[in-house]
Amino acid sequence: MKTSGRTVGSVLLVLLALVFLSPIYLMLVNSFKDRAELYRNALALPESFSFQYYSKAAEKMGFLTAFGNSLYVTVVSVVIVVVLASMTAWMLVRTDDRLSRFLFLLFVSTMLIPFQTIMMPLMQVMDWIRTHLHLPMLNTHEGLIYMNVGFHASMAVFLFHGFIKSVPVALEEAATLDGCSKFGVFWRIVFPMLKTITITVAILDVISLWNDYLLPSLTLSDKGLRTIPLSTFYFFGEFTIQWNLAMAGLTLTIVPVVIFYLFSQKYIIKGIAAGAVK
Amino acid sequence: MSTRYRKERAWYALFTLPLLIIFTTVVIIPFLIGIGYSFVSWDGIPANPKVFVGFDNYVALFKDERFLSSAWHTIEFTVLSLLLVNVLGLVFSLLVTQKLRGSNVARTMFFMPNLIGGLILGYIWQFVFTDAFKTVGERTGLDAVFFNWLIHPQSALYATVIVFAWQMAGYTMIIYIAGLQSIPDELNEAAKVDGAGRWHRLTKIVFPLLMPSFTICLFLTLSNAFKMFDVNLSLTKGGPNNATELFAMNIYNEIFGYGHYGLGQAKAIVFFLLVAAVTLTQVIITKRREVQL
Repeated sequence: MKTSGRTVGSVLLVLLALVFLSPIYLMLVNSFKDRAELYRNALALPESFSFQYYSKAAEKMGFLTAFGNSLYVTVVSVVIVVVLASMTAWMLVRTDDRLSRFLFLLFVSTMLIPFQTIMMPLMQVMDWIRTHLHLPMLNTHEGLIYMNVGFHASMAVFLFHGFIKSVPVALEEAATLDGCSKFGVFWRIVFPMLKTITITVAILDVISLWNDYLLPSLTLSDKGLRTIPLSTFYFFGEFTIQWNLAMAGLTLTIVPVVIFYLFSQKYIIKGIAAGAVK
Repeated sequence: MSTRYRKERAWYALFTLPLLIIFTTVVIIPFLIGIGYSFVSWDGIPANPKVFVGFDNYVALFKDERFLSSAWHTIEFTVLSLLLVNVLGLVFSLLVTQKLRGSNVARTMFFMPNLIGGLILGYIWQFVFTDAFKTVGERTGLDAVFFNWLIHPQSALYATVIVFAWQMAGYTMIIYIAGLQSIPDELNEAAKVDGAGRWHRLTKIVFPLLMPSFTICLFLTLSNAFKMFDVNLSLTKGGPNNATELFAMNIYNEIFGYGHYGLGQAKAIVFFLLVAAVTLTQVIITKRREVQL
């Protein structure tokens, strides 16, 4: 009785999860149908599987270019955030003076500022830098990366700061006595010990950067520079009603995310739980 | 001693300055000059003058009916989202921690929507709420429930809540799971021996000890719901008739749509003050209710 109750429970749980993901099912099945079939019944399985809408959607979205752009912007931004934020947080923890406490407070308090509050003046500042210092801040991937790093700095410093506080200082002191420079101490001794929190920071940032729409939409105007969310947006602007093509396009954008998720699920779930705790 | 001190300071600068420079130019300076922009009238064209208007923009925004109604929609949206996201997240977390077979698969599936960007989620659900709902309504005769949700103001707002909850529920589930796992088994066992029923154990033991998780989840849902933009843009574009235009989108439209840079920035500053006040108050209130074990 007890075991059969548990089996029923298991089945119900998985069924509930399947119902929860039913929009994904609708997206998949309709990406294979032609228009007539789709309007006959949007819920049924497709009568035949043909990938013609996928290749059409990929072409219209410039999917491969967008994928490459997203990958470049995300990876480079995350690497820079991790390197600079961990170095900064370490200095702030190990040099416990008023300046450090002030800087830490500055990072933390700005976490409350919504992006919409700074988006317009940010564009003015970047435009000023472009015209006066001749640095290509707007309409380039590098400019976008620069801004990404700025926006993700607070959270990363905050997480690294909390973690480094619990790392014993004795090892660092020993290395310093052995004549290791600060740089050497940090990269050879401290950074390897930050592995767990580095994974957390990297995962949280990858998710938010990969999916970011608003900032790239404000900075990138060339078609060839578009990231996946941008190309999806423009794709929808052009073909609102052709749902089969749209569904194929959306499926394409989700496939890389699902693959990433299945391979790093363990880290993602641990990272989210760790990142939320403080 | 002083050369050593200077050397220490040089290392300090070397380690912190790169990030500080980026952070200052991207966050601090724009935030500060943003306050300045909120006191001028300007259309965003560099050649045109920025005219100082004092508090006019702030006075104007409180008379702007579209802004006020977007404020109301945002509050409605946030309250409903807060409830739905956390009820779902909590229920999911309780279900997948029952040590049933299939728990891991279910957890994986519940969390998945969180990884898909809000923009893309909105487009998927646009199809669900329009064509798929219509088909279901026609086939089952339940057309009182299954109709095109996006053409009626109220149901379009509910639709936005559902999509947001679909995205966030898995996230809060993960945090609730971590909270549940930190509650010692002995406590539940002891209560069971004392004759406490399932519901009693849940409300008298589990929930009070879960307060830290509630604090985090409410904070995250609250600030994310308040700032929501992507789903809003792709699901309804603020329609029908601006009925689902939330704060973030109203600000975006005011600045980049109508070219009212000063007024839009004043809204953005008010928006910041609201977000800060609401989230800080919430953290203080729930922190007070946390119990120590």
